[in-house]
Amino acid sequence: MSVRAHTVSIVTEQHVPAIRESPAPGPAADEGLARRLRALACTAPLHDLDARKANLAGEYGAYAMAEVALAAIDLVTLHMDFDTGADHEEIVARLLPRVAAQARERTTTEHERVARWVLENLLNVGSVDRGFRAVYGTFDIDGAYVRRDYDFKLIEEVPGPGGGVYLRTTDEAVNVLVGALDTDVTSAQIAAEVKLEVLINRGRLADAQLAAEQARYRTVQYAETLRRTLEATRRDVRAVDWLDTVPDMITEALDHVADRYRHENAILTNIRRARDESEEAGHRRRAAELVDIVKDCIRRHTQLQSRLLEAGPLFRAEQDRQAFAPAAARVGVDVFGQLLAPVLPQPLESAVRATDAFFTHGTGLRTPNAVRLGDLIELLVTPPAPREHLGAEMPEPDLVATPDDSRFSAEQFEAATELLDLPADAPRRLSGLLADAARRDPDLPHLLVLLAAHAASPPVGTAYRQGEQRLLFAVDDGTELDHPDFGGADLIVGTALLDAAGMAADRTEAP
Amino acid sequence: MTDADTEPGVAPEERAAEAEHAGARERTEPPAASERPPGERGGGAVAPADAADAARLVAFGLQPKLLPARDAEYAQLLRRHRDDPAFARLSDAVAAGLGLVVLEVSDRAGMAVTAGEDSVFAVRMGDYARRATADSADRFLHGLAHLAVAAMAFPRPQDLADDGYIGRVSVHGVDTFVRQVCRKLEERATERGENTDPASGAPQLEAAWRVYARRSATGATKDARRLAGSTTGIIGKAVAFLVDSGFLQRTSDDAGGTYRTTARYQLQVRDSSSSAALTELLSLGVVPVGDGRPSLLPPEDADAELAPDAGLPFFSQ
Repeated sequence: MSVRAHTVSIVTEQHVPAIRESPAPGPAADEGLARRLRALACTAPLHDLDARKANLAGEYGAYAMAEVALAAIDLVTLHMDFDTGADHEEIVARLLPRVAAQARERTTTEHERVARWVLENLLNVGSVDRGFRAVYGTFDIDGAYVRRDYDFKLIEEVPGPGGGVYLRTTDEAVNVLVGALDTDVTSAQIAAEVKLEVLINRGRLADAQLAAEQARYRTVQYAETLRRTLEATRRDVRAVDWLDTVPDMITEALDHVADRYRHENAILTNIRRARDESEEAGHRRRAAELVDIVKDCIRRHTQLQSRLLEAGPLFRAEQDRQAFAPAAARVGVDVFGQLLAPVLPQPLESAVRATDAFFTHGTGLRTPNAVRLGDLIELLVTPPAPREHLGAEMPEPDLVATPDDSRFSAEQFEAATELLDLPADAPRRLSGLLADAARRDPDLPHLLVLLAAHAASPPVGTAYRQGEQRLLFAVDDGTELDHPDFGGADLIVGTALLDAAGMAADRTEAP
Repeated sequence: MTDADTEPGVAPEERAAEAEHAGARERTEPPAASERPPGERGGGAVAPADAADAARLVAFGLQPKLLPARDAEYAQLLRRHRDDPAFARLSDAVAAGLGLVVLEVSDRAGMAVTAGEDSVFAVRMGDYARRATADSADRFLHGLAHLAVAAMAFPRPQDLADDGYIGRVSVHGVDTFVRQVCRKLEERATERGENTDPASGAPQLEAAWRVYARRSATGATKDARRLAGSTTGIIGKAVAFLVDSGFLQRTSDDAGGTYRTTARYQLQVRDSSSSAALTELLSLGVVPVGDGRPSLLPPEDADAELAPDAGLPFFSQ
């Protein structure tokens, strides 16, 4: 796949005005258009997924790829934390129910393949930049029409602690997702909170949930901005303005957190009341989900607050480390200020000259290999050195055979399972089963009784979680068991079919 | 001694004989050296034994990971270089003849030599990274990785000047550092209302920071290794190479690999690479020609992005 895997050409059609002398629209007039073209380009990879699904080997028409992609961006955004990002496998696993719902009759393997395909295409695996490029046109200062490349990513891979690779959504992706996020974070959040309150008061919970989710996206984005600032401080205190900007920002953020915390607790109380008072089941469920979302918002605020409190001591420690180091007698070249910083704004053409010079003189030396034929022959005919470093030979372990003390043999278990493999619509009495068992093997009824007793209170929840299709159960209806060896109730033993797929879908939709 | 034994071109028996020879001379040399006034032998014949010793010293210098403190013969030759100017001139001449530049001869760094531009010992970008010859963006990123590692290892000018300073770098640290600078440049361009998207078909005119910013930081691969084309992959390659050059020592696996600098690296950056890059930048007319006075302040160019009103000691001094 080439770098321009998903090239999108957006060329504006310009009606040439009749009066030729008037200057062409300058960059200022064009700026808004260029911004919208870029925003439009961000959605292109999603449309492209649906356009290209035909190229996949197999019949994938049933899947709505753009929907899966948006869900993936949602999931990654929600799972982004302060330190790491979202885990690749977890995102795939959480996408599966939605993919499965789109084509129930297909296999799980195919669902997983689709989920992975979408995620990989959002990362654009296969291109060297793992990003997208769109081409659009603008007029430059002289009025000349210039085609420009716009490079962007939707989901990027970042290194996490322990060497893992995690996923984060880029700002572009968040903008695609939530839309019109090109505004002040704080005011947008306030607007969302107010909207939420109004909606709850009017009892429109579906809209309230949407607003709460949007508030959470903004919270995540706010935390992300802060994380970057703190990280920059840890590297170089000079890189961040610690006289005004950062302290102001921290104060503001702390006020903000306190305010939001109060606010969201109030919302929480309201929603809980709404949940408890509501008559309609749908309302109740949505309110319950809303409670979870607001709880998550509060958790994120608390996390943000603890980071904010650490910021001050971190700055002081870093300042001590960097400022009070003894000054040296000589002063060398300022590698950052005189080399790195001036190189980066240069066009690639001239930047390469500087980096090449640094590389040539900065990598030291390599001694070229000079192989003599004599050495080579000697090397090849030398017998391998005896491997003394392996240590003494291991003594043969003295193993004692453990006697097989199982009460029942494997064959007996097999026979019992066969007997208990009952059709779902025909449960049987335990007494009948025991009579069948006694005809096969005199010891078999004992095993059957134990298995039936075990099935008396079957672990239904566990079976559901493990995705079992059927479950053995036993019910006591008061009939006494008439048997020479065993006493108690004559249980009704049967098989229940479980709707594992439906249960799984239910579970994931209401986490 | 294992490093020395694997040195190409010197058969073991020659080495043994030489070592014996050196041992014998060690007992006889001091009076001999004091008898001959230094500089007297410059125009006359050079004793083959002295030439061999000088070449031995240079050969030691060609093994950058070998420390003088670990090798008695190396240490003894270094002492001789310090005390005997004629021998020092001879060793320097041997090095120059091989196309090497002597950076420093001292106990801490040993015989610190580096390859001249056209020397057989020089590292060529094409050998270092194959893609770099064809793709100028890759070529730039590989060069930038080395520059950024140096900038992180010696963040302030005095760190580079202070012989006792030991820098610490990590692969992820270097990456986030460069990304932050790139982001600042992006913000600045946005503030000025510039459109930094390059014209189609003219990749050479794209701003260097954009090339870095749009390359992904990492990527999942089938065999759990670093993605070679990602920025952490490129930086990882650079630090691994510097370790092989005896410039860095690995200290831990944290943050993608953490390393500390050696005396040789400081010398290399201070006296060789940074001045070469600076010369190149000056010829491009990028950095205003300084008056040579050391300054704690970053140059005016960098001032703007390093938060001018920060009011930190660095700026008030």
